[in-house]
Order: sequence, then structure tokens, then C-alpha cells
Amino acid sequence: MKLSLRFTSLLAPVFALIVAFGLSTLMLYLIGEDPIETFKIMYDYGKSGKSIVSILNRSVPLYISAVAVAVGFKMGLFNIGVESQYLMGSLLSAALGAAVALPSILHISLIIFVAILSSALWAAIAGYLKVKKGVHEVISTIMLNYIGTGIIAYLLANIFFEKVELSTTAPQTDLLPESARIPSLNAFLGIEDLPNLHGFIIGAVLVGILYYWIVWKTSLGFDLRATGSSPMAAKFSGANPGKLTIFAMMISGGFAGLIGIAPLTGYFFKYTTDFPSGLGFAGITVALLGRNHPIGMAFGAILLSFLERSAQILDLYDVPKEIEKIMQAVIVLSVVVAYEVVKRYVTNRQIKEASKVVSNA
Amino acid sequence: MLKTLKKNYLIFLPIAFIAVIAQVDKYDQLTTSGTFGAAIRLAIPICLAGLGGMFSERSGVVNIGLEGMMIMGTWFGAWAAWMYGPWYGILAGIIGGAMFGLIHAVGTVTFQVDHIVSGVAINILAAGVARFLNVVAYADQPTQSATQSPRIDGEVGDFTLPYLSGGGETPSLFGYLQDLDLPFLSDFAGLLLGATSNLSYISIFALTLIPIAAWTLWSTPFGLQMRSVGELPTGSESLGVNVYLMKYIGVMISGGFAGLAGAYLVLESSGIYREGQTAGRGFIGLASMIFGNYKPLGIFMGSGLFGYADALQLRSDDAVHGLLVLISLILLIISIKQIIEKKYLSASISIMLCLGFLIWFLNSETVPSEFVYFTPHITTLIVLSSASQKLRMPKKVGQPYRKGELN
Repeated sequence: MKLSLRFTSLLAPVFALIVAFGLSTLMLYLIGEDPIETFKIMYDYGKSGKSIVSILNRSVPLYISAVAVAVGFKMGLFNIGVESQYLMGSLLSAALGAAVALPSILHISLIIFVAILSSALWAAIAGYLKVKKGVHEVISTIMLNYIGTGIIAYLLANIFFEKVELSTTAPQTDLLPESARIPSLNAFLGIEDLPNLHGFIIGAVLVGILYYWIVWKTSLGFDLRATGSSPMAAKFSGANPGKLTIFAMMISGGFAGLIGIAPLTGYFFKYTTDFPSGLGFAGITVALLGRNHPIGMAFGAILLSFLERSAQILDLYDVPKEIEKIMQAVIVLSVVVAYEVVKRYVTNRQIKEASKVVSNA
Repeated sequence: MLKTLKKNYLIFLPIAFIAVIAQVDKYDQLTTSGTFGAAIRLAIPICLAGLGGMFSERSGVVNIGLEGMMIMGTWFGAWAAWMYGPWYGILAGIIGGAMFGLIHAVGTVTFQVDHIVSGVAINILAAGVARFLNVVAYADQPTQSATQSPRIDGEVGDFTLPYLSGGGETPSLFGYLQDLDLPFLSDFAGLLLGATSNLSYISIFALTLIPIAAWTLWSTPFGLQMRSVGELPTGSESLGVNVYLMKYIGVMISGGFAGLAGAYLVLESSGIYREGQTAGRGFIGLASMIFGNYKPLGIFMGSGLFGYADALQLRSDDAVHGLLVLISLILLIISIKQIIEKKYLSASISIMLCLGFLIWFLNSETVPSEFVYFTPHITTLIVLSSASQKLRMPKKVGQPYRKGELN
């Protein structure tokens, strides 16, 4: 019974993928492109060694972002503010990281610590507003995204960057010193002929494990999940929903702080105006796709990165690469619906089986 | 009268303060007709989105997807206006939004997906669809770009009240009063002048929708049924109301309003579709709905407030600087109230913040432009955190309903 339940819940994403491919095929057909040819081009480009490294590198921050969103989801909190949380953490840790000189391990740890702390504190505002002022977290986190963007732009241009007269350099923090950079794994894996595979991919795996441990193996995680599925019951079991909400927001924000670590210590080495943005929103997609499951989200992140990377080639063939954005969105929407349908089917069957047992007895 | 004043002092006092601050020359942009005119034009899309949210939530469906439906409104509005003319743009915007409303309804009503999850997915989908359509639809245009439409020609025409505001060739009473520069009277005349001059027909159309929405929901059998579905679906079902159909209609009307809001943004303020031009206004509309306690008049007031903040942001950095004193004064009042209520810890925090804003105000000439940009968003947060607790939302909003279930 347990096994078949697992099996049916695997059906949902498969079903969603089929729907998404079907709809994209239709779309491509409507604009006069050959769908099969297009998918083939994408697949061929996406499976090259270079692409695989790029896909893995992309999926690291994406996965962490999904984990950040999922922590909130587990407690019934919708943290749409991951976007500004991670940018805030990245900026502050980049600025501080460039200002100090430390041995490598300490230096990297300091950057990570500052990123986690500042993102968590920024996220805590939304938690506080929800608990004390009754502002729904969806609205407060979205407003905080805009406010955060403004504050970041101000800090970057006026505090962390010295304007030079007549210079056209875009605002940016100073470069991180060598000791603050996480090395790539290429030498270790013996793939020197490929682009750099960033070392923080190990960090992403650890984040996944940490997420699993916190949410499923600690009493805090139990309280979180209990509050998420039944606030009333959790309250009677002694959980303090107010405190938990702020705490969950901070954990979510803390994970968000780690999103920027890979780009920062791996290939940007500074915070600039074109530091990767939008990862916070993409994380929501991945969390929905992977159903908040640590392994499911890993697949989701890789799938999305694959789509993004392989769509890059389409420009050369005059196919609008924006088809990838639609595929992403359709996958999310159909996966959400498919999970719901499967869940209903499974519940119905359980009820039927239970009543069979009862009537036999 | 005194009682209402006392009860709503957090609304009236800031208004009074603004009128006082505006007497200083540097801050006179706070109350000119130009600012109020801009405020109205900026408030209308927020108000429309808020009304959209109201229809959906009154029928029991939370609609976080308003932003996405608004994005569809901007894209379809711009496209149809570019192809056929502005009024077709309005129509296409409404249809585009309603189509996405339909998707949201299928997700939340038929498949009973979590309302917020579905809404978030709608927003993601809308952004993707708009980007894709934009590339496909304008592929053979010389100005082709993934994030913009070509410029839209064609005027809708506008209307100015004769005699009072100088429509046609008539004299303008309000304009005369504003130019007299009398304290308070001129400010008030500025408000009236801004509200009654150069109103485009689209704005008038949008404004008339407010009473129509109120009348539909509160004075027709259809509206009663719709509201009952959000309050007690089992009860409505037993009285023969088709709950699913009502929810579908509610969410689709909601999408239509949001789409209209998007089309309005394109046709009224920019004359062009630009990616990200909704800039969270769908969510601000949702906030104005919450602030307005799920009622049309309240939504109108709330969106007026946010529109005003937005207008200040666009028109004058100086005026935003004047707002710093306002914040400081409000914090002072709050801290006095807290001292009376013997909440000394919160009071000391408020006083410290109050002094902080005062020092900031005294030591600066302007507010950095990066901060000016988020004036409407921080206004939204502040307003919601001081208003949220007294609200009464539809009882069954956000809860899935399955036909034939027992409460």
C-alpha cells in the first residue's frame, strides 16, 4: 500500500511534464516552428559536457532558493521575499568579505555567516509584521522586495562604492581576495577540459541534508509541520505559533542567505548591479515542482536549469527562446494540479479500502 | 462627528499634517492639482485591482494572481490598442485578464489547489506568456524587443469640468483659488482641480465601475448569492445557488478588473507595454482591498492613499522629503498613545524612531532617489500594519469547497 502510494505520487510530475510538453508543442506548432526538431536541438545542446557543468552550476543557487521557500511552505508560510533576502545577504557579505583579511576557511565561514544573518534578519521583519500586526506575509514580503531593492541600490551606490568623477563604472563592491574564493572541483574530478564546476555544489548537498534534518528530525521541525497542517492542534500540543512563525521566517531567510554564496565566491567575486537576480522567484517554481521534498527539489532545480541552458541555443535557429519560460510556467501549473488530483485519488482509494476492511470484519 | 474623528485619528491627523507641511514653499508639491491629478491616475489601476480582488474574495477565492492577470491586461491591452485602437485595447485587456481568471478558477474551484499556490503559479505563467507573446507578436517590427511593445498611437480624449475647472473655454474657479495661494483653501482647491480636470474617458469609465461594483454586490440577487458563497457555501448550496458557478464568475470578474487595470496602465500612463511595468501594483491593489475591509468605498480610499504616495514619488523628491516630518509626527502621536497605555518599551522605541526621522529630516535636503522609489510600497506596509487588526474578511475565503460536503 505504502509503495503504491509513493508510485502514484511519482505519476504527478510525469503527468505534468507530459502536459507541459504537449502545450509547448502546440505553441511551437502555432507559431510555425517544427516542435520535434526544436526539442531535439535543445536536447542535443543540453547534453554536451559544457552544458552539463553549466546546468549544475545554475542549479546550485536555484536548489538552495527552493529549500528556503520550502521551509516556509512546510509551515504554511509563503515567503515570496526570498528575492530581496538573498540579495541583501549577498551585498552585505560581499562588502564585508572584501574588507577583511583572514585565513581562507575563516574568511569563507565569515562570509557565509554574514549572509545568513543579514538575510534572516531581513526576513524576520515579515514574520514580526505577521505575528504582531496581522499583515499577511505574501503582501509584506512582496513589499519588502521592493523596499529591499531600493535599499540595496542605495547602499551599493553610496556606501560600498566610491564614485569616481567622469567614470562610467557601474556601482560594485571591491573584489573578494583569493582567500575568500571557493575553488572549483575540476582538478578533483579530473575534468580540466571543461568549464569550472563550482565547489559550492557540495554546500548545496549539505543544505539539502540540513533541511531534511531540521524539518523531519528535530522537534522544532515537527512543530513547524504540525502548525502548517493544523494550527489549532499544534497550539494545543504546546507550540507557540507566534514565535514559530518568526522563527520559520528566519530559518527560511537564513537559507535564502546561502543562495548568493555560489555566484559570489565562485565566479562574480563581487556584488554588482548585474549580480544574478530572480533566483528567489525561480525558487518558488522549484519548490512547487519538487513538492518541498529535498530530492524532488533537486530534480526540479536540475530540470529548470536544463531548460534554461538548452533554450540558449534556440536563438541560432530563429526559434524564440522564450518558449522555455512558458514551459516552466506550464510545468508548475500542471504539477500543482496533478498533485491535487493524485492526492484525491489516493485518499478516495484509502477510504474505500478502509471501508472494505471494516465491512469484512 | 467628533467621535468619528477620534476613532479614525490615524487617517485624519496625517491629512491635516500634510496640509500644514504643504504651506512651506519647498513642499508645496504635496498639494498641487498636478500631484492630485497624478494621484488619481495612479490610484485607478490600484483601485481596479482592488475591486477585482474583492469580487474574488467575496466569492471565497483568495486571488494572489491579480498581479499576473494585470500583466496579461498590460500585454493584451497594448497589443490590441496597437493593432486596432485604444478602446479595443481596453476590451482585450479585460478579456486577457479574465482568461487568466478562468485558469485560476479551474485550479482553485475545480481542482481545489491551494489558492495561494495557484495564484503564485498564475503570476509565473503570466510573466512567461507575456514575454513569449511579445517576442512572437512583434517579431517583424523594426523596434522589435523581448520586453517592450511598439508605441501606441491614438488618443482616447479627456474631459474637464466646465466653469469649476476650466473645461472648454470657460473660466476655472478652482484654478483661480489655487493660484491665490491662500493657506489650506488653495490646497483644497488644488485637490478638486486635480480630480476634475483632464480626466480621460477611460478614467471616467473606470471610476463609474466603482459604484456599479458596489451596487452589483450589495443590491442585486446575484451579488447576494456571490457573497453568500464566500460566507457559507453549504448554506447557499442548500438554497439552490450553484456554488461552483458563482466562484467561477467571481474569479473571472476579478481577472477582468485586473486586466482592465493593466490596460489602463498601458494606455493612460506609458503608451507602451514594458515588462515589469505593473511593479507590484496588483499586490498593492490586494493591500488596498484588505485596508478597505473588502468594500468598494474603502478600496477607493485605500487606493487613493497609495496612488498619492506613488504620485509624490514620481513628481517631486522634495515632497517626499517633507513626508519625513510627517512620519516623525505620527510616531510622536503613537508614542504618546503608548505612554498613556503604559507600554513603555514600545513607547521608547517609537520615540527613538521619531527622533531618528526628525534628525534625518533636519540634516538632509532630499531623500535619496532609491528611497523615493519605494514610497508606495512602504506606505502599503505601514498602513496595513496599523489597520489589519480590525478587519472582517469573508468567512470561508481561501478554503476549498467540495460540492455536497458538510461544512
